[in-house]
Amino acid sequence: MIPIRRIAYACALTLVALVVQAAPALAQEAPDALVKRVSQEALDIIRTDPKVQSGDKSHIRDLIEAKIAPHFDMERMTALAVGRGWRQATPEQKKRLADEFKTLLIRTYSNALDQYRDQTLRYLPLRTDANATDVTVRTEVIRPGQQPVGIDYSMEKTPTGWKAYDVIVGGVSLVTNYRDEFTQQIQQGGIDSLIKALETKNAAPVPAK
Amino acid sequence: MKTLFHDDDAVMRRRAPVRAAIALLATLAMSGCALGPARDDPFEPVNRVSYEVHQVVDGRIVKPIAQAYVDYTPKPVRQAVTNFFGNIDDMFSFVNDVLQGKPEKAGHDLGRVITNTGFGLLGLIDIASDAGIPKGGEDFGQTFGVWGIAQGPYLFIPLFGPTTVRDGSGWLIRAYASPIAHIDDAPTRGALIALNVIDLRASALSAESLVNQAALDRYAFIRRAYLQRRRYLVYDGHPPPLKEDEE
Repeated sequence: MIPIRRIAYACALTLVALVVQAAPALAQEAPDALVKRVSQEALDIIRTDPKVQSGDKSHIRDLIEAKIAPHFDMERMTALAVGRGWRQATPEQKKRLADEFKTLLIRTYSNALDQYRDQTLRYLPLRTDANATDVTVRTEVIRPGQQPVGIDYSMEKTPTGWKAYDVIVGGVSLVTNYRDEFTQQIQQGGIDSLIKALETKNAAPVPAK
Repeated sequence: MKTLFHDDDAVMRRRAPVRAAIALLATLAMSGCALGPARDDPFEPVNRVSYEVHQVVDGRIVKPIAQAYVDYTPKPVRQAVTNFFGNIDDMFSFVNDVLQGKPEKAGHDLGRVITNTGFGLLGLIDIASDAGIPKGGEDFGQTFGVWGIAQGPYLFIPLFGPTTVRDGSGWLIRAYASPIAHIDDAPTRGALIALNVIDLRASALSAESLVNQAALDRYAFIRRAYLQRRRYLVYDGHPPPLKEDEE
């Protein structure tokens, strides 16, 4: 009995050691390296995937869901977008808001994706100390004959790696840009009316040009 | 002054609308404190009407022309048009670089104007960008911002779009000073102004379809995007964080 117990104990110990070692290794991917890796993966897919090229919307949405969305902290993004009203929301309302907001963002940017095909990204050096837990990763879209457009990612360190909680394109925060609309909706009809408005928007067909 | 305070009926009648107006303004000012957006957009009800008017006129006239322009004009031609007006932008950017005390940007913009005007067929070809000289992108509205002038109320003007009192004033200065405004031949001048409008409108087509998909309330979405963008430009891409961001 004793040897078996010892073996089991040793196995468990090894397993714990592996997990403990592996977890920081995953989490330690630096925020700028993460942005670069995910952006390059996305650009490669946009340029090579035939289904993306032919404009298969549901395929594009699945890809964003699988490849890009996991690197975002949707709850924090939604809290930022909602502003003051977030504290009044119940956990159930928070979850529904975050789900609907995520759907809205994915629908929006899956349609905008084809505009990035011919563009190159420049990654600006990260200016921060090694212990920082909140950083801004700066990138630029280089467009021939035009001014570059800055894309900045506000990122936070979490137990499961760095996560983005805001994206700022040319100075416009994709998250806080919703603050006015969401605040107004909550003032007029409460949090449930905002959830309903988001559901209606997400259920509507994608508007034509 | 004292006579005004005599309880005379006629005076009371004359003063009543004034009191009502003061009460209304006080209410508006108080609601302005309660509602975030109202601080930037005190004329929101009027602006929303302007926005609706704009949607109709733009949707029926300007946008179809811009769309047809994109659909039927070869891309190199459209690029040349964009470059031509971009060269005028660079001239004004140079003036504003100087007004803001930014010698490096001023050097770039002046170099761009000389290169593109002299060797790029009056700006039709953007040789300077190919040579890697960056555009300054400064304008009078940004200069006023750098000088510490407040943006003033947000305005939505039909066929012009979103602006503020500060940015709109800057735009008026530019409109009067532009070389196009000083062309004597009226048909040429008119044609160039029309082409400028179509070029600008065409460049906004893709952003517009994004806003349509993104926004619950397009008016509010455009307003916030415009104000964020202009603040970012005034601070040359490094705006200080807003206090309320983390609420």
